[in-house]
Amino acid sequence: MSKRLFVKGNEAAAMGAVEAGCRYYFGYPITPQSDIPEYLSREFPKLSGEFIQAESEVASINMLLGASACGVRAMTSSSSPGISLKQEGISYMAGAELPGVIINISRSGPGLGGIDASQADYFQSVKGGGHGGYHIPVLAPNSVQEMYDLTMHAFDLADLYRTPVMLLGDSVVGQMKEALVPNPRPVRDLPEKGWAVRGKGGAEQRVVKSLFLGDGELEAHNWRLHAKYQQMKEKECLSEEHDTADAALLVTAFGSLSRIAHTAVTMAREAGLKVGLFRPITLFPFPERALAEAAGRAGKVLVLELNTGQMVEDVRLSVGAGVQVSFYGRPPGAGSLPSPEELFEVIKKHYVQAPN
Amino acid sequence: MQQVFKRPQSLKDVQTHFCPGCNHGTIHRLVADALDLFGVQQTTIGVASVGCSVFLYGYFDVDVVEAPHGRAPAVATGVKRARPDRFVFTYQGDGDLAAIGTSEIIHAANRGEDITVIFVNNTTYGMTGGQMAPTTLVGQKTSTSPYGRNKAKDGSPIRMAELLAQLGGVAFSARVAVDSPKHLMDAKKQIREAFRFQVEGKGFSFVEVLSSCPTNWGVTPLEGNARVGAEMIPYFPLGIFKNQGNP
Amino acid sequence: MARIEIDESRCKGCGICTIACPKKLITLCDKVNIQGYTPAEALNQEQCTGCALCAEICPDVAIIVFK
Repeated sequence: MSKRLFVKGNEAAAMGAVEAGCRYYFGYPITPQSDIPEYLSREFPKLSGEFIQAESEVASINMLLGASACGVRAMTSSSSPGISLKQEGISYMAGAELPGVIINISRSGPGLGGIDASQADYFQSVKGGGHGGYHIPVLAPNSVQEMYDLTMHAFDLADLYRTPVMLLGDSVVGQMKEALVPNPRPVRDLPEKGWAVRGKGGAEQRVVKSLFLGDGELEAHNWRLHAKYQQMKEKECLSEEHDTADAALLVTAFGSLSRIAHTAVTMAREAGLKVGLFRPITLFPFPERALAEAAGRAGKVLVLELNTGQMVEDVRLSVGAGVQVSFYGRPPGAGSLPSPEELFEVIKKHYVQAPN
Repeated sequence: MQQVFKRPQSLKDVQTHFCPGCNHGTIHRLVADALDLFGVQQTTIGVASVGCSVFLYGYFDVDVVEAPHGRAPAVATGVKRARPDRFVFTYQGDGDLAAIGTSEIIHAANRGEDITVIFVNNTTYGMTGGQMAPTTLVGQKTSTSPYGRNKAKDGSPIRMAELLAQLGGVAFSARVAVDSPKHLMDAKKQIREAFRFQVEGKGFSFVEVLSSCPTNWGVTPLEGNARVGAEMIPYFPLGIFKNQGNP
Repeated sequence: MARIEIDESRCKGCGICTIACPKKLITLCDKVNIQGYTPAEALNQEQCTGCALCAEICPDVAIIVFK
């Protein structure tokens, strides 16, 4: 039984990476994620790991690409503007099918925006972000414990599917301190990395690349990637439900806002309203089936986000035409984080009247 | 009678896509020659760049990682840190290294990454059709400088070998050319020298190779090589700008 | 006594070898090879010293040298 620690979410993610066997970190300072490079710059030297504070986000994602091509577990972390810079490398990694973990402790935008909690990068994270029409698994923790657990899970997914994986949080889950039980890394059956460059050593040449110029080559490659995304949708969806069995209104929220939404749902239950909470944990693959079932029972869904409406599009696609979907969001910025009371009022309003 | 010259083992026996008279083929062979000389073919991880040099893996019989445009030194950094016992080199053109990848090359060099960078300077973007490069000579006409490079608006061509030589992490920096047999034999020597630095763990080594691009310059192969000597070398002098390993 | 062999099918007819040869023993021939280029040839090699400069500078590694 592991002891309980009291740590920040960002530190928990860094600890999860260490426990997952990651020994290569490449990054660039940006608020509100700098605790991650600070922690790893302290710990990796003790573990014979490599820590590089790169000259840019662009360089760090490409260092990750290079290390990952050698078959080692490697990562980077950043926040929204920095993640924008990494998109080129993420696309190349997706194209070359390279594993790697990218922690995005996102902040508000557009542009320099601010450092407040935000979910404005849902689209950027789950719809590709870079060029070329790819997807990467996106995990959305809502607690310090999940920052740790899902970081370990991200490394496994990355190796299992040969893909970059993003952990998408914000300053709420990154900066808050909570109890953490640093469980040992779960044992998973992972494939050999027979594709990694290593110096031929007399064997066949190995090439890690995303350029495919032969007739039909790139189309076939894209179909293969597509099949991988379908497989992720089949096998890797994660979600959590509270009080959904008899709910007449299903509240849906992810990440930091799901915590506030959970409190508001509890307040609604105490007030006698049959309200439940559905929390996607994987944003890609989106837990379509589980959501459709819960939403089908309730008949009415209220989507809450720290933006002006992004995940709500995936919710609508998931639940189909028979379910009413409404939205309440606050664009990110200082002072825009809603209180449980505010969300409770929104829930009450949508509970009694048909939303539009 | 013995065979005194043959194709290096590290170079695949295939036809290249390079245009007639393009110096890339010669430079590829010199790099392969150095890989053979130090016996590192089986332990090498090459990093390919974007441009005419992108098909590195098609010509070199070594493991290769393909980097995004300009990012080869960052990719090579990740490779070398993950596999410090491997021989790691990048092969980049002037658009790749001296424009979009300036940040990556300067910082990899400044950190003193134990890698070797082969930089091919032909004063133009070859693959995309002969546009102005950071190394395009003042007055040189290209498809995006149809009136000639204008120093007042476009700046002067960058001398990378000299620039990098100033950085603390750089152990070896040289500029060579392959336009004539004499220059070529020196180029062979300096590329070998740069490789020796890495083999002996002496730090970052860099060789800029002046190259002809007859197709995009709109000249014959012979005129191309002549231009390297007549126009490029006066602006991009050949020589060793840093050597921190030799007695 | 030395000689060179030119792989006619690999030669792109750039002609760089023709001026690299100190004895000027290499010329471009009239016939067209499989790539559509007029390859180099060295018909008279009696004066070849095996210096290999032609092979060293050939961008297509189309020349091998015996000595």
